[in-house]
Order: sequence, then structure tokens, then C-alpha cells
Amino acid sequence: MAKLVTDVVCPFCGTLCDDLEVSVTDDGKKILDVYNACAIGAEKFLHSQASDRITRPRMQDEDGNWKDVSYDEAVEYTAKILADAKKPLMYGWSSTNCESQAVGTQIGEVTGAIMDNTATVCHGTTLIAVQDVGIPSCTLGEVVNRADRIVFWGCNPAHAHPRHMSRYSIYPRGFFTGKGQKSRKLVVIDPRCTDTSKLADYHLQIEQGRDYELFDAFRVAFKGEKLPDTVAGIPKKTIYEVAETMKSGRFGIIFFGMGVTQSLSKNHNIDAAISVTRDLNDYSKWSIMPMRGHYNVTGSGEVWGWLHGFPFALDLSRGFARYNPGDTTSNDLLRRDEVDAVFVLGSDPGAHFPFGSVKKIWGLPSVCIDPHITPTSAVCKLHVPVAFVGVETGGCAYRMDNVPIECRKVVEPPEGMLTDEEFLKKVLTRVKELKGA
Amino acid sequence: MATVTLTPKKVPSLRLEADNITPDVFAGKSAAEIAGLHVFTGNTQELLGDYFTVAGSAGATAAETSIVIDGDASRVKYIGMKMSAGDILVKGNADMYVGAWMLGGKITVKGSIDAFAGTGMTGGEIIVDGDAGNYLGAAYRGDWRGMQGGLIRVGGNAGSDIGTFMRGGEIIIGGNTDVHVGTHQEGGRIVVKGDCKSKVGGQMVEGEIIVFGDIEVMMPGFQYRNDVDLEVDGSEATFALYEGDVGERHPKRKGDVVFGKLYLKY
Repeated sequence: MAKLVTDVVCPFCGTLCDDLEVSVTDDGKKILDVYNACAIGAEKFLHSQASDRITRPRMQDEDGNWKDVSYDEAVEYTAKILADAKKPLMYGWSSTNCESQAVGTQIGEVTGAIMDNTATVCHGTTLIAVQDVGIPSCTLGEVVNRADRIVFWGCNPAHAHPRHMSRYSIYPRGFFTGKGQKSRKLVVIDPRCTDTSKLADYHLQIEQGRDYELFDAFRVAFKGEKLPDTVAGIPKKTIYEVAETMKSGRFGIIFFGMGVTQSLSKNHNIDAAISVTRDLNDYSKWSIMPMRGHYNVTGSGEVWGWLHGFPFALDLSRGFARYNPGDTTSNDLLRRDEVDAVFVLGSDPGAHFPFGSVKKIWGLPSVCIDPHITPTSAVCKLHVPVAFVGVETGGCAYRMDNVPIECRKVVEPPEGMLTDEEFLKKVLTRVKELKGA
Repeated sequence: MATVTLTPKKVPSLRLEADNITPDVFAGKSAAEIAGLHVFTGNTQELLGDYFTVAGSAGATAAETSIVIDGDASRVKYIGMKMSAGDILVKGNADMYVGAWMLGGKITVKGSIDAFAGTGMTGGEIIVDGDAGNYLGAAYRGDWRGMQGGLIRVGGNAGSDIGTFMRGGEIIIGGNTDVHVGTHQEGGRIVVKGDCKSKVGGQMVEGEIIVFGDIEVMMPGFQYRNDVDLEVDGSEATFALYEGDVGERHPKRKGDVVFGKLYLKY
């Protein structure tokens, strides 16, 4: 017989779906099936059941041979490299719960570390723009119930946030949006044809790297001023037409992704997008929301925000919090040889950082805390597998609209495995001893 | 004018945070006292004397103090940060934050400098013979006050985000720039002798940008007005005047809307 666990929260993307159902064996030790989840979310649950899963920490020697070590040895190595370093980098934090992030931050305070999360190569530019010009935003519930104009700019939820469109943005029927998709106009701005753009009423196939110009052109169009014949490869007639469509809605929302945050202009793109949103509020009600990737990258920004005032690229090396992306961001630090130890938890810089940065990690004392074998675990000296947050342990996570949701524990982790939080607490105790704090 | 000479004797293992290298801190101190000032490598406090041989002594005040860094400082951050008077000469390169938030005095760098030089500066001069990095004379994150006064002159090229949120003063670039010149500019003047890539004057409210070379892609919010003859930094030429960014908010003065001015040389 199997029992069904309901209202499970999916620990994959920033959509943080909270309606999953998981059937587990009666002893609560094995997952049998996952219902309501997208293919990626279901795989995350099922992957925890893999028979070849690593369940004990292991260390790599210079020739690349792995040797199993105990959790105590792993704690000792991790604490020692952090305590010995003049400027350790503690990166990741996006695929874990807020409780672990808080303990990690305490370690950062004791060791004088740089704390950075995956926003540094993702929506960090959004956060810079928010600091520059503010943000008019809303929750996803408001989008379901009110939005009749949806803009996807530089993102492809059909593949990256698979249930976003059915739960929040395009299809659902809400309180004021009873006709579902029929009551909504969809604008997609993307240089590529994607599965999202196929659904669009307007697909503006913009020239790559010209988003800033197009945002500016919309602001000119809202004011009824004249435009050049084409902007970013889009004819001015289309720009005026889409501008009218945006102005004529009752409630609009711009969702944007890494197509604008990490292409040419970066934070200025978002700055301009927020300005577009602000301008549209002269005619209608508009909001803007980043399509956050990892399920709890928003949470790490929240935790550091309330503890130290900055959402990423936090420099605690001098004993007080400093922040300046470009100086205190992971890739700049690695590129400029500014760190002497690397600690990674809940992220995979090995797969997502430029190769030059990954090589620098390889050359430094390094530890990777991750349930999976990843390109990062392959370049780090120590790999510590831990229990899956949201599957084998609960904890708080923040959805892309800054709504905190408590994740649920569905099954027991393999015998003797530690959670992120348990491992970090041991490291914190040892680091305090080494530092005499 | 008393001169303090710092000769580099050790390359920092990571990067050195030396916000004490300013005439204001050095003023009234002997060579031994200056060598005993602190610097930081990450979380570790060290001494200026560990990295530099200090010769000479400082004047009684910042204005009477001259600092010479006789060598390469390309791994030394914060040179001349918040200085109010006196002068600094760097004979090699310097790292980030040269003259950030400086109030007065003069910094001369014979080599090149990295990013964030002249962040939020309100007065004084920064003269760079080589190239400058990104965010020259820009605002700190979230601040709406970039460079507000003084002069920055760069002989070579500059990076991106020059004069973001600039409100006063003048930046003169001898060579080319990367993207984003004078974004959110609300005053002051930026002169580029070479070419600019794109996004010049985006979201600009007021102030002047003068470009002698080409702009690869113009912002759609700039509109051509008329031709004007100008004398800029000692040379006379005819420029096309564009005004913008019309998408951005603009104040009214004496009944007329005030725009940012972009002059492009024919």
C-alpha cells in the first residue's frame, strides 16, 4: 500500500508550485510517484531515489581520485579552509532553505567571508536596478485574478518555469479574468522563436542586445513622441501598436528573465523596464516581476537583506557589510584573484560560470555541498552530499513574488545523511573554536 | 609642499585595501607613522609599511602634502578615496576606486586605472594618462548622485557606464568608450574625443554629452534639433545637436522643457 502526501511544495524553480501530491511507501522511506508537477519538478523528487546516489562525503586528491571521508572529517576540512582564508568566497545558497542560509551567514560573519548567491549571474542586475529606481510589483495571485496584459521579455516560461503559464499568467481563470486565456493579450519580446512566443498575440523578434533601446522606444511611444523608422529591428508602427495595447489593459504585468538581465546593458535594461512600468501606471495599473530561477534564490536575498541590508554580493571581510557588484561579485573576485578559498552550497557554478572562473576554483581550497554530482563537485577538493531540501527536509523558501512558503518533508533521507542546516551548524561550531569567537 | 614617497616592495597576495593613502590621513605624520597605518587584505589587517617603503614626511595639512607612489599599484584599491586637498602621483597603474568620493586636490596616474574611479566625487581632479575602467565618475549603487563636481581627464579609452547619474563637473575621454555614457545624467558635461558604442544618454534628464567620433547606435529617445559651432577643450568644430531622452521625465524652466543635450561632430 502507498500513502499520499498532499500540498507538497516543489523545490525546483521560483514558481514554487504548492499543489503537488506525492505517493510514498507506508514506511515513508521511498517515493513511488509524483503528481501535478512538471517534468523537471517530478524528476527532482524521483532523482532523490536514485540507487547510485552519493551518501557520504568524499575528498579528491591531486590526481582526481576520490576517497570517502566521514562527516566529521568534512566538517573539519570545511571549517579549516574558511578559518584560514583571508577572503573566503561562500557562494550559492539558492537551492536550500532560509534556515540554512541564516546559519551560513553566521559562518560568513565569523570568518569575514564574501557571501554571494546565484543572482550574481542571474537576477542580480535586477536587484541593482531596483536599488536605482525602485520597483512596482505585485504577487502572482494578483496576476491570476486581474491581469489582462502579459508581457514576457527575454524569458521562456514554457521551458524554464513550465507551470507558470497554467497556474498564474496565461491560462488560469481568476476573479476578474473569467475567460482565462481569452481575456488576456500576450506580448513576447525575444530574439528567438520559442514555445512561449508561439502563444503570443505579438511576438517582437528584437535584435540581440538592443532591449535597452526598445524599452526607451516604448517610453517615447507612450508620450506620443516621434520614433525612428525602426528600433532594435522592430518597425515603429508595431511599437506604437503594442504601446497602445499595453496602455489599454486594466491590469498588466511584465515578466522578464535572463534574456534581459544578462544581455548587453544588464541592470540598465531592468532600470528601463521598471521605468516603462512606472510610465504605464499613468494610464492603467501595471506591475513588473523577475522570473527568478532557483526555488529559493529570492529567499537568500531576503535573508541577507534583513541580516545585512544587501541582497547579494555581500562583503563581510572587514567585519561590516559592504556591497558593490563589479567588485564584490563572485566572478569578478575569481577573475581578479581576490579570494583564497571557495565554498559552494546549493548551486552549480561549475556549469554556469565562465570557464576562467571555474579554473580558478579548481586551483583553490574548495568545498561543494550538494546532493548531486555536478561539474562543481568535480572541480572541488571536497564534496559533501546532503539531504534534499523540500523532499527529505522542510524549511522556508521564497517564491519569485517574495511570498514565503514552508516546504514539506516527504520522505526520510538515506540513513545517516545530514541536512544542509545540520552540516552548517557543525561547521559554525568548529569555525568559532578555530577563530576563538 | 612636503612629499611622501611610497615605493612598492611586495605584491599583495590578494588585493590591498589602502583607503589610508590620502593626503588627509598622511598630514602631520612622519615616515614611520605613515608606515604604521593599517591596510587590509580581506579580513586581515596589515601595515602600509609591509607593502611600501615610506620616505619623506607629510606636510602639516592635506593641502601641503604630496604623495608619490613610485611604481605599480595595480593591486591597490581606494587610492585617494575621500581626499579633500593635496596631490597624489601614481607612476604606474592603480586598481579600483581611485579618488572615489573625493572632495578636492589632484590625483595623477601615469598608467591605467580600474573601475569605480571618481565615484560620487564632488571636487578636485583625476588625470589618467592610460585607460580607465567601468563606472568612471558614476554613482554608487542605488545613489542618485554620481559625479557632482571636479574634472576627470582620461588620455586613453574608458569602459562602460561613464558618468551614470552624473550631476555636475566634467569628464573628458581622449579615446573611445564602451556602452552607456551619461545614463540618467542630470547635469555636468561628458566629452568623448573618440567613438562611443551605443546607449549614449539613455534616460538622460539634463546636462551635455559631446562626441567627436561616431555613435554606433543612437538612442531612439534623441531628436535632432539644429547645427551649432562649439569650442570644446581647445578645438572648434560644427556639431549636430540632439535633445533627449524624450522618454524620460524633464523639468520645465521659464516655461520651456529642459532636455539633455547630445552634440555629435560632423
